[in-house]
Amino acid sequence: MATSEVTTAGSGGRARKKAGTLYRGDIGMWSWVAHRITGVATFLFLFVHVLDTALVRVSPNTYDSVIDTYKTPLVNLMELGLVAAVLYHALNGIRVMLVDFWSKGAKYQRPMLWAIIVIWVVVLIPSAYFMLRHNVEKIFGA
Amino acid sequence: MTTTPSELAAPRTQRRPAARRSNFELYSWLFMRLSGLVLIILVLGHLLIMNILDGGVHRINFAFVAGRWSSPFWQFWDLAMLWLAELHGTNGLRTVINDYARKETTRFWLKMLLYASAVLIIALGSFVIFTFDPNISN
Repeated sequence: MATSEVTTAGSGGRARKKAGTLYRGDIGMWSWVAHRITGVATFLFLFVHVLDTALVRVSPNTYDSVIDTYKTPLVNLMELGLVAAVLYHALNGIRVMLVDFWSKGAKYQRPMLWAIIVIWVVVLIPSAYFMLRHNVEKIFGA
Repeated sequence: MTTTPSELAAPRTQRRPAARRSNFELYSWLFMRLSGLVLIILVLGHLLIMNILDGGVHRINFAFVAGRWSSPFWQFWDLAMLWLAELHGTNGLRTVINDYARKETTRFWLKMLLYASAVLIIALGSFVIFTFDPNISN
């Protein structure tokens, strides 16, 4: 993992002080952990999602009744979690590619992480508004 | 660290015989980056259309799917997304299993389960896209 090695080297003495933690990496290590968790979560959702979409080959009613569960408040909230996970994975994926292929990528890996976190928050706020609006209005009354 | 190439001694380890060399991990590394780049467009576009624009998930039903898959453009979009996402995710989970499974048999069977699920999802998803019938009865 080029990313974590670079992070450990770049943080110098600071990484050595945290010798008691499970991993000795710095924030770049957490970006790698988050990349794994969001990747595995998205993969598990994809498995379920292909199965539910396959119901269009059974009957329109079967498909519609299963898709209706996606519109309930709790599952709707989980969809926001999915969008948040996929968006992080995409943005951090761009960062990983820049670290690998851009000559200054390793040098700027840390500011690039803060940049993608800012983009992540800025994109998620309007997304959350549009995704949850319907259910929030239904629960609390418009 | 400051050694220049001219000062390096010749490697003492023998080169591996050509027949045993495999570039599989290199290609898998490259595939993750190339498929990832394409998936950024395909998946973020899919999430934007399905979850955010024009009422999001609340407007999705059989008729909505039928409308989209009447266009070869969206059929191809979804087919490409299915194959790339499933292969990208399978390769990612293969790496995760290799990292954390300690026993050789656990590692083997987890990967077999993973590959079986990937074949099922790609086959089922492709079958559904190619044989979708908008006039199917209820």
